[in-house]
Amino acid sequence: MLSEKTFWSGFAALGLLFLVVVPVLNLAVPEGSALHLPNYMITLIGKYLCYAILAMAMNLVWGYCGVLSLGHGAFFALGGYAMGMYMMRAIGSRGSYGNAELPDFMVFLNWKELPWFWMGFDHFAFALIMVMVVPGILAFVFGWLAFRSRINGVYLSIVTQAMTYALMLAFFRNEMGFGGNNGLTDFKDILGFDLTQASTKMGLYLLSAVMVGATFLVVRFVAASKLGRVMMAVRDAESRVRFLGYSVTSVKLFAFTVSAVLAGIAGALYVPQVGIINPSEFSPANSIEIAIWVAVGGRGTLLGPLLGAFAVNGAKTWLTGAAPELWLFALGALFIIVTLALPKGLVGLWSTLRAKAKEKTQ
Amino acid sequence: MKMLKLVLALLALLSVVPAYADDDDFALRVKALNGESYSDKIAAAEALAALGDGRAAPVLEALADGRLGYGPDGSILIEDNGAYTDPVSGQVVQVAAFDAITVNNRLRGVARGAAARLALFSPDVEARRAAMESIMASGSDDAADMVRTAQAKETDPAIKALMAATLANLDLTSNDPARRLAAINTLGDSNDPQIRSRLQDLLASETDPAVRQAADKMLSGMDFRLGLIGFSANLFQGLSLGSVLLLAAIGLAVTFGVMGVINMAHGEMIMLGAYTAYAVQQFFRAVLPPDLIDFYLVAALPAAFAVTALVGIALERGVIRFLYGRPLETMLATWGISLMLQQVVRQIFGATNMEVANPAWMTGGWELAGGFTLTYNRVVIIFFCLAVLGGLAALLRYSSFGLSMRAVTQNRPMASAMGIPTGRVDALTFGLGSGIAGIAGVALSQIGNVSPNLGQGYIVDSFMVVVFGGVGSLWGTLVGALSLGLVNKFLEPYAGAMLGKILVLVFIILFIQKRPRGLFALKGRSVES
Repeated sequence: MLSEKTFWSGFAALGLLFLVVVPVLNLAVPEGSALHLPNYMITLIGKYLCYAILAMAMNLVWGYCGVLSLGHGAFFALGGYAMGMYMMRAIGSRGSYGNAELPDFMVFLNWKELPWFWMGFDHFAFALIMVMVVPGILAFVFGWLAFRSRINGVYLSIVTQAMTYALMLAFFRNEMGFGGNNGLTDFKDILGFDLTQASTKMGLYLLSAVMVGATFLVVRFVAASKLGRVMMAVRDAESRVRFLGYSVTSVKLFAFTVSAVLAGIAGALYVPQVGIINPSEFSPANSIEIAIWVAVGGRGTLLGPLLGAFAVNGAKTWLTGAAPELWLFALGALFIIVTLALPKGLVGLWSTLRAKAKEKTQ
Repeated sequence: MKMLKLVLALLALLSVVPAYADDDDFALRVKALNGESYSDKIAAAEALAALGDGRAAPVLEALADGRLGYGPDGSILIEDNGAYTDPVSGQVVQVAAFDAITVNNRLRGVARGAAARLALFSPDVEARRAAMESIMASGSDDAADMVRTAQAKETDPAIKALMAATLANLDLTSNDPARRLAAINTLGDSNDPQIRSRLQDLLASETDPAVRQAADKMLSGMDFRLGLIGFSANLFQGLSLGSVLLLAAIGLAVTFGVMGVINMAHGEMIMLGAYTAYAVQQFFRAVLPPDLIDFYLVAALPAAFAVTALVGIALERGVIRFLYGRPLETMLATWGISLMLQQVVRQIFGATNMEVANPAWMTGGWELAGGFTLTYNRVVIIFFCLAVLGGLAALLRYSSFGLSMRAVTQNRPMASAMGIPTGRVDALTFGLGSGIAGIAGVALSQIGNVSPNLGQGYIVDSFMVVVFGGVGSLWGTLVGALSLGLVNKFLEPYAGAMLGKILVLVFIILFIQKRPRGLFALKGRSVES
């Protein structure tokens, strides 16, 4: 664990970077200047920040508690769908069919009335609660069933993968009432702010940055607490912790549920920025990618997930633009190199290098 | 030589003469096609068709296509790519001028329909069968008289039976109770769902008690048979899906069961096997004589095994062996490998689906009653997967390599202490598992698309099979695969394909709460470690 001083100075530096430097480069630096950040970059960084929250959530359950969930994409997507449902309702009668009662896709499917599970999504506050409650409840029930019967290690990974796969298949069905294949899209505004406006985008970006900071504090608080110590003990020697009298099930369940709620919030921030949510977010491949962000940055470290999410996604954006056929090679190689050579990720690499440098000077 | 020609000419004459018996009538009715008004022409077309003469079909077709016309002398001619034929004599004639008979849509429809029905009199058996089937499907009674005429002339017993059934089908709505009863008796053992619905219509309005009783009896018999057919169709499809799952999962059961390694690239091994089958097929097409193409699968199986086993061994030696004892990392690393393999194949073969043809002996199927067909390729795969399973079981049971493998599975440190080279056993086991995935790929190339994403579709399913059946147990894998396949297919009619699959996944997730180690769990200390 980092010392108080190092943590807070690092935290302040990151806050300065994302809350001050980035907006200033976008708003105050004149266009055409080399330092100017175009508007699309703000949305892109905002998207990465959502990924970072997701990676930190994953890190809480995998890095600190040793539970590799390959279904975290599902919690992210559920949070996204909850937010998407609110924004669908906010469209009102401005859809292509001009129906104030029903979203376009339901009119298209000849539905007569709003299904019960869409009730309440007209209210932002209700949607906000659902963003956290739906992934939280799913994680709680699923985790309770799994951890209680001591499904752990690779079995848990496979079962969580099956969970997100089943949800993907379910959301692909038109009958489910979530827009089927196309998902939810064509959003107009959020809380009355026009989503196409640069100012709304900046607002969403800043909100994401603040949320990253909050997640940082939550993860640090949990990790530093006694519960956090037990979590790490579960990760390192589960049976021993059990024999010492701790309830491993409750510890894991806590980490899993908190992590799912954080992932849901990340999804809710992500959807208004990219403007669409569809069932492919549930695909097992997406969930595995989250694990690699965390592994690249460094598992069980505070900064690692943020670093990993930015590094991997930055590389993805750049490579899929520059040489799309190389991206899968790069991603695949990353999986192999990180597991073989960099078990502690970039953060681990940094501390190893520093330790070596220290040795030399002594 | 001259004698022979004469005899042949006589024979030809003999065979032709009866067909020309009502030549005058035929010629008259053809001539009438050039009527004054469209309604005249329609009446003429119907009259021509009613003759039941095979020669009328090309005339009516030509009329529908606008190729029927008349020469300067008013004789009717068929135009075909600039050549003119006299429909009565069938001879090619030279004309100075040709005017097409004008047609409208209604006339065109009548002519085309009549021509199709006239195919009943075609000398070609298949054409007659096709015509009969289309009449049967249309269920309209316009053709009843024509079918009756054709029935008298028909020689093929299968088509004759089809005609009787069609006539009986039409008779179901006859006004005469005796005919309705006779129709029900004729149709007695039919399994056609269309006839079932007609029978239900009949029952709704029937007043005659004898007919009612017969219809009731027939309907219940039919429902029983249809139920049986539906059940066997589900059973077959379930077994087929189960065999596919089994093929995909056997290799995984070996690597996961013996080594505890989650190989996320397993699906890509299947994909590589399918591409090997494609490559072997292309090689056979390009290099070897065409008679041998039917046997390319025989060469593809060992080739696919070799390719994927070598890739598997390379992976084990190159990556996986450094990760033993870290199963989660193994999972991530093999996922990376799977992404790279997909991209390699995409670079070499392109992202589109490749066509892998069934050899002739695997094409087609046995058509059983009620439209239920056992396709050969799926039947072959069911037996093939059992053969692979049997072969693997024998290898594990009787070979010395199998013995070492089982020893390592049960207790690795002890096996090592007894002098078994666990490292080499691991590499070979991984090669074996991958090789089996490769031949599974050859089999799957016969029933589905071959694309770089082929493996992705099987990975979650095959993990489910292994986890459900019990890790490290071949019997578990067999039972797991078949029961998942059957449950899936029997759920489908009630829940739909997607929902059925979701229900199965939910069931497995709940099932392993109860039995975390699957149906057939290995017992002993090694499991707990």
